[in-house]
Amino acid sequence: MTRKDLITHLGLIAVLFALHFLLPTYHHGIFARVMVLAVYAIGYNIAFGYTGLLSLGHAMFFGAGMYGMGLAAYHFAIPALPAWLIGVGCAALLSLVVGLLALRTQDVSFMIVTLMFAQAAYLIILYFSEFTRGDDGFVVPSDMRAIGPWDLSDESTRYIVALILFSGALMISLWLVRQPFGRVLVALRENEERARLLGYDTGRRKLASLVISGTISGAAGAAYAGLFGYVGASFAGVQYSIFALLWVLLGGAGTVLGPFIGTLFMFYLIDLATEVTEAYMLIAGVALVLLTLFAPQGIVGEIRRRLWKDLP
Amino acid sequence: MTETSSKTKTGLISPTRRGALKTLAAGAGAAATMPLWARYSSAQSSAPIKIGFGKHATGIGAAYGRWYERTSVAALAKINAEGGINGRPVELVTEDDGTDPRRAAEVLEKFASQSECDVAFGTLFSHVVVGAAPRAAELKLPYFVVSEGHHVASGMLNRWTLQPGITDVKSQISAMAPFLTDVLGKKVTMIFPDYAFGYDHRDNLAPAIEAAGGEVVAKIAIPPTETSFTKYFPKIPRDTEVIYHVMIGPGVLTFVKEMGEFFGPSRPELFGFIDSLEATDLSSPGLEFLEGTYFWEGMPRYLQDDTPDYVKAYRDAVGLDANGASTADASDVSTSAHMFGCWETLHIIKAGMEASGYQSTADRQKLIEAVEAMTMFEAGPDHPQGTKMFNGKTHQVFGPQYISKVEGGKLSVVKTVPYEETLYDDEVDYTSMSF
Repeated sequence: MTRKDLITHLGLIAVLFALHFLLPTYHHGIFARVMVLAVYAIGYNIAFGYTGLLSLGHAMFFGAGMYGMGLAAYHFAIPALPAWLIGVGCAALLSLVVGLLALRTQDVSFMIVTLMFAQAAYLIILYFSEFTRGDDGFVVPSDMRAIGPWDLSDESTRYIVALILFSGALMISLWLVRQPFGRVLVALRENEERARLLGYDTGRRKLASLVISGTISGAAGAAYAGLFGYVGASFAGVQYSIFALLWVLLGGAGTVLGPFIGTLFMFYLIDLATEVTEAYMLIAGVALVLLTLFAPQGIVGEIRRRLWKDLP
Repeated sequence: MTETSSKTKTGLISPTRRGALKTLAAGAGAAATMPLWARYSSAQSSAPIKIGFGKHATGIGAAYGRWYERTSVAALAKINAEGGINGRPVELVTEDDGTDPRRAAEVLEKFASQSECDVAFGTLFSHVVVGAAPRAAELKLPYFVVSEGHHVASGMLNRWTLQPGITDVKSQISAMAPFLTDVLGKKVTMIFPDYAFGYDHRDNLAPAIEAAGGEVVAKIAIPPTETSFTKYFPKIPRDTEVIYHVMIGPGVLTFVKEMGEFFGPSRPELFGFIDSLEATDLSSPGLEFLEGTYFWEGMPRYLQDDTPDYVKAYRDAVGLDANGASTADASDVSTSAHMFGCWETLHIIKAGMEASGYQSTADRQKLIEAVEAMTMFEAGPDHPQGTKMFNGKTHQVFGPQYISKVEGGKLSVVKTVPYEETLYDDEVDYTSMSF
């Protein structure tokens, strides 16, 4: 990891910290939410962007974290921090099990298998509705939404906790891709057969990548439940798997900063378009098509291609 | 799960942030001149009251969103024509929530801190309400939902979320059960969608039917992804006297058509919730089988012979023809059984603001307390659906329920159940919770 890498990424964290003091209330809340969702995208980016595993089922990992945390708090009155760890553990376990099965397939089959697993996870949430409250979801008890004296429903606390989580995920992602392990993941993405010929155990590394990816995605889901107080099946639906893919593609797959930029861009694109017209999805759609045509590597990907060749 | 605990927790680094904002505010204040300040202060009192409307403009609830908006616009036109609220005009600030709980929470944030709305209102789909309500409490934004879910009265939500304009599923079912057992038959098979809306019916129908002297002989859950229903009909017990169905979504027409083909002319009695066919023309091909069957309606879709003048005025204001479709487009059928809740809720917001002397967002708590203190809403221009009783403790209203029969392809009201017969025991006391 170069000094330049560190300065760039720590610089973003510093800017986000400064924004905590400067942003108007509405945008302050939105940035907190975007940071949590960007953690989900960072997790997805490790599997898709760096390892080339195009999953259409990552919402199940986000949902595992969310329900692991939420159900622990709701049914067993477990406080936020241990409940969050339970959520992260659920996502890690699920990604290990799904990885062991789904990684027996490749490419299109992998997409379909992950999609099916995610759909099964979604339907399990609905099936056990007496425990999960089905598609209505449930509100995380306010007493459980605190870490020590800090109330997670407080705007300021929420922002700082989201920033800590985001910073952790960002730096782990940066560290990971600059490690030999991370470079092997890129090699898998570029040419798995060649990596195997070079002697790498590609299956084990793909599994490790998927578990790391799923665990980070689950950490975001668990944090969302604690910070925003709601757990619902829609977060485990196929739509949220597509969101992660979209955010990463927009920001730049295989870039460390891309997931955050993509998530932020997508949010404000929709938010601003709603102020222009009721047909805001049309504006969003056109903008996405243009971006795909003229910046196919995503926003940060284009910066790397044109300006900064070794941007991680 | 309640939110009764007093808040002793604190925020991280909040004094510094607030300090920074205060410094900015102080700087701006120092630059301002006294006449400008005085003029702003004067303008504030006559500035419009802003009501944030979370509209299901896209997503699964879009048909409802369209009619909820039309009803809300019509209600505000009436309220403004009558002098507004506390002498101030009222304005609707509409945002699409995509029928999505995350977006709905963001929309509430936008209402509270960017659009500077006084209250938020309008949400229908229960998962959207449950997802957004915690945010309303955090923002201390009065959140008036028009959802009919039991989630408000069950105690799942919070003191800032109220449902004073539409009844909930539990009371609707308890009102229907005696009619089913007394008139249609005592052995009931229910067919319901296998998710939350269906579960409200599944969980509440059997006790209500048993209390009315009947029996639910089978409960058939149908997954929401199902597109053909023929394999479920053989599961209906032979001794079934009444089929109670609450299927909703795009598969409803197929469901009815296939049920008609299965039973032919010798069918049991059928009773359904009009939710199945909201915004759907009863003369659609395949629905002929429903002739002679019964439906619950929150408010009659078709103009009845004895419709009171204030209901006619409401229908005219919203733009409904005699068939409950848009006067501008006869194929655009309304969501009559639910959308009246928007009209009535807006009038309750008006009454609450006037009772509490509402002036600014600083009075939001007083508004909640004023609405909680309400008890009766008499039928009339403000409450065209009928006379209702509001329970301030549970934040839930109880009102009349209508049972209609399909005759000649139209729904005719055959029985009206008064609110007194729809009550059930309190499950929560929101007034004991802190703000």
